[in-house]
Amino acid sequence: MHKIFDCTQVRIIASKEFRDRIRNLWVLSVAVIFSLFALAIAYFGSAQQGSVGFRGVDVTIASLVSLVIYLVPLIALILGYDAIVGERERGSMELLLSMPITRFEILLGKYLGLAAALAVSTVAGFGAALLPLASQLGVNDMYHYLGFVFSAILMGMAFLSLSLLVSVLASDRMRASGVAIGLWFFFVLIFDLVLTGALVVSKGNLSSGLFGALLMLNPADVFRLLNIFSSEQVQNMYGLATVMPDRLTNPLVLSAIMLGWIVVPFLVARWRFK
Amino acid sequence: MTSVPIQVSNVTKRFGDAQVLNDVSLSVAQGEMFGLIGHNGAGKSTLFKLMLGLIPVSGGSIRLHDTPIHGHDFRQVRRRIGYLPESFVTYDNLTGLEVLRLFADLKQVPRSNCDAILKRVGLSEAAGRRVRAYSKGMRQRLGFAQVLLGNPDLIFLDEPTNGLDAEGIHDFYRILREVQSEGATIVITSHILAEIQERVDRLVILNSGRVAAQGTLTELRANMVLPSVINISLHPGYGQQVHATLSNLEGLEMHHGEDVARISCPPSEKMAVLQMLSTMAHAVRDISIHEPSLEDLFLGYGGQHA
Repeated sequence: MHKIFDCTQVRIIASKEFRDRIRNLWVLSVAVIFSLFALAIAYFGSAQQGSVGFRGVDVTIASLVSLVIYLVPLIALILGYDAIVGERERGSMELLLSMPITRFEILLGKYLGLAAALAVSTVAGFGAALLPLASQLGVNDMYHYLGFVFSAILMGMAFLSLSLLVSVLASDRMRASGVAIGLWFFFVLIFDLVLTGALVVSKGNLSSGLFGALLMLNPADVFRLLNIFSSEQVQNMYGLATVMPDRLTNPLVLSAIMLGWIVVPFLVARWRFK
Repeated sequence: MTSVPIQVSNVTKRFGDAQVLNDVSLSVAQGEMFGLIGHNGAGKSTLFKLMLGLIPVSGGSIRLHDTPIHGHDFRQVRRRIGYLPESFVTYDNLTGLEVLRLFADLKQVPRSNCDAILKRVGLSEAAGRRVRAYSKGMRQRLGFAQVLLGNPDLIFLDEPTNGLDAEGIHDFYRILREVQSEGATIVITSHILAEIQERVDRLVILNSGRVAAQGTLTELRANMVLPSVINISLHPGYGQQVHATLSNLEGLEMHHGEDVARISCPPSEKMAVLQMLSTMAHAVRDISIHEPSLEDLFLGYGGQHA
């Protein structure tokens, strides 16, 4: 019986990628960015309502979600687009492939290493932001905040998976970076715009089932829904609860769909990595 | 019975419409140093990549130690392979030692071997420096160090002396001879034909994706029947006399000036020429004989300047 992959080889590649990001201060920089934004939002997030200061976890999370939905996909796409095409273009891939390692092990190792870098910087960044607020938070708040950080990591992993696919398919780094940025524009800016447009054009006649299904085609929207439906207060704020079919408000279902966004692009990348 | 280290049988490789290799067969014996020569685009690097299993063949088969490189056992075969690509590019942000450790891990060779290997290739002092700061020659040494990990018994070297200075080349072949004497089988390409002709046991000349010739240098010379060239330096005034004496030998071309003569003759006529010359010892100041070089053979077998 032959194993699908050798864990040792995957771990070697993963730890190299991870150490690279620690060493070039990527993890630290992203963590600092996250925690500065989180703190700023926690204190000034409700400035529009005429006050500053911490107003509670649910409101803060709602604001953070809007920020993270822009930032995390961008960071994940930038993190991953170079992984394969970069080594191919520089010439180091040939030697790597001549080693006793399969393409799948290289791909999985790179994915896990980069995902770990992204996860560590997200946890560290949002974790550090939590420290000044810790005394004001109850267990339930912590639970929500943890859910938010976890879902942000999941969304990051989905976009990392997409960027790895781009990296496998692209013929050169320039094109890979172009497509990665294009994906960001599409999923973060254009997708919702088009969906809103469709709602308006159909004069709101788009069935909630179809609307919900369309939202599932965008990992950023899945992330948004995950955070909205984890808190009733936020749900009411968005007024979305009435639109969404029940099935798609279940965090477990949403998480499973997010998992699909992680696994499917990765499997396509594996299939195309020749 | 020992296995054949490298067996290439009727291999064809197409990239789209382009036929890069056509019916290439060769076998390399245990402990041999085997040269692969051909002009740019002849298919050398493609053949290397096929032998390493980096790209699939379009037809034919390749077996290393009787094992197909693509099968489930490839990992076992790969552990026994050392490969130096034509341009050794690696991770510039790591130090030389870190790069070597990474490859040691992948080959499952104890990290403790790395220091000794770096010393062997003359990189001990630079081991802690980032590869970014390495010269071309130092990078190539690091590439060679990576080849030596785990005492491979199959070594593929694509233009290995690229970027090395004279001392580096000398060191490189010294280590290579040591490795060969330990039983390793080596396949090497070089565009500096003079450099490998003294070193390879056998070689193959690739021309437009086909094997133009294969064998030892002596065999290739014999098949090609390239002339041996005898240069004679004469005492002044003997040119005409020497020409007259030798003119009845067959297959002989002679150019002569006042005090030099240059004779091209088939190798089989060489002794006859020398015997004739010995009867005119008074006329001859010095003699040197040039056998056809690999370069001459290469050109003779349809190659262009590499």
